[in-house]
Amino acid sequence: MCGIVGLFAKRPDVEERLGALLGDMLGQMADRGPDSAGLAVYRDPAPAGSTKLSLHSEDPGEDWSVLGAGVAVHASHAVVVLDGEADDVVARVRGEFPHPRVMSAGTRIEIFKEIGDPRRFVERFDLASMAGSHGLAHTRMATESKVTTEGAHPFSTGLDLCLVHNGSLSNHNRLRRMLRREGVAFQTENDTEVAAGYLEWRLREGDTLQAALEACLVDLDGFYTFAVGTADGFAVLRDPIACKPAVMAESDDWVAMASEYRAIAVLPGADAAEVWEPAPAQVYSWERRGDREASPVARPLAETGA
Amino acid sequence: MAVADAIQSVDLAETSLRELNRRLHAADAAPQWRVAHPDGAHAVAVGIDAEIEVDVDGHVGYYCAGMNKRATVRVHGNAGVGLAENIMSGTVVVDGYAGQSCAATGRGGLVVVRGDASARCGISMKGVDVVVQGSVGHMSAFMAQKGCLVVCGDAGEALGDSIYETRVYVRGAAHSLGADCVEKELRDEHVAELRALLDRAGVAGAEPAEFRRYGSARKLYTFDVDNAGAY
Repeated sequence: MCGIVGLFAKRPDVEERLGALLGDMLGQMADRGPDSAGLAVYRDPAPAGSTKLSLHSEDPGEDWSVLGAGVAVHASHAVVVLDGEADDVVARVRGEFPHPRVMSAGTRIEIFKEIGDPRRFVERFDLASMAGSHGLAHTRMATESKVTTEGAHPFSTGLDLCLVHNGSLSNHNRLRRMLRREGVAFQTENDTEVAAGYLEWRLREGDTLQAALEACLVDLDGFYTFAVGTADGFAVLRDPIACKPAVMAESDDWVAMASEYRAIAVLPGADAAEVWEPAPAQVYSWERRGDREASPVARPLAETGA
Repeated sequence: MAVADAIQSVDLAETSLRELNRRLHAADAAPQWRVAHPDGAHAVAVGIDAEIEVDVDGHVGYYCAGMNKRATVRVHGNAGVGLAENIMSGTVVVDGYAGQSCAATGRGGLVVVRGDASARCGISMKGVDVVVQGSVGHMSAFMAQKGCLVVCGDAGEALGDSIYETRVYVRGAAHSLGADCVEKELRDEHVAELRALLDRAGVAGAEPAEFRRYGSARKLYTFDVDNAGAY
């Protein structure tokens, strides 16, 4: 089953409450995915020349302070901003601190995910305290691989990029072999990680996000509703058969997507929002234009009359 | 009986869904109901078997008015997957859009969607009449057996795939027809049938003559090796 929620703030007061609102949405989707939950939130850009990492450790006694004074600990995860370009920083951290796992790298993205009840996740990671420009969250009901922290969503798909998925893929083993030959690394036997690796590969080969998602329609066999987070917004894609649900809504204050409307109903002003079901095999995306403080404008790249 | 005749109001922000449905199923259920704050809840007003009217103010989730018998259920908002699934009789009207599999397997009654209906509208319908003022998604009227599907807008891919005896009327464009679905002549009896359906659904501004009729070519009823490629 699985549940997806996404929220994009169009106003500063919604940015302030982004984590709290995403937590409320996630709670509504808890029974669609009771075994794990995860969040990608975009906030606090790292200064030029530095890289923000999200790290995870299974050791509750992990000494995060060795990463420096600026490390922010969130339950089993920590976020740290380090000087250097992403590739160098990731290599350095993996070399010096082999134990923690790198969950995300970029300038704005932070990823947190854990096994267990999604409502407990919301409390444990204190989503209510998190401000941000936009975010995606996921509740997982595992079907294709084990219930583990690394099997939970979101999956990082490159710098400041992540993927959450509702559905399952049939050709992930063959795709994983192909992508490994292309140099994409995988940590699990999970099907969604393959979709994330596929997007990472397409983007590395020069595709735009739109083109990379459209390529999914050709190369991925299975059923899926995807939500992809980017530094500036998010995108949504459903497979051509559209077995898996998705609802989108837009108000003057926010753009939201969810597996079911009840996750959107908890947002302020949901009653008056425009609500629609995204059409199959069509990429919907929103991003900020220009100076984000001055003009936080959402922009649907593609829309149907549906 | 002034009390029993008054409109019964139920606020789903305060009353549980099971309690609402239990009251609607009661043998002495009041004739008129108003439901507030559905907030996307699933299974609102399912399984009613009484000549009562239920107005729902807001958006509902999955399977609203499923298995409806005799009742009139009006949703003043959008409906999720499986609206009026297996409806037996009565009327279900949605002011907004309906999600996938609207009126699936419905055996009787009338389902009206003022906006668009998503994929698989009328899948395996068995006698229900469905009137959609907007457009319908792909695979609508898939394996439809009986009743009428009226689409005032356009129809998505593979309309009427493997259709049996349902009559499908589309005013706009049908993106493509499914296996064994063909366009048929719109004769006088069909114009009359369509006019009656549009009147019952309260649809103004759509003339029956503007519609095209689709139905079964009746080549896939029994297996024939010459048609193997079409199955």
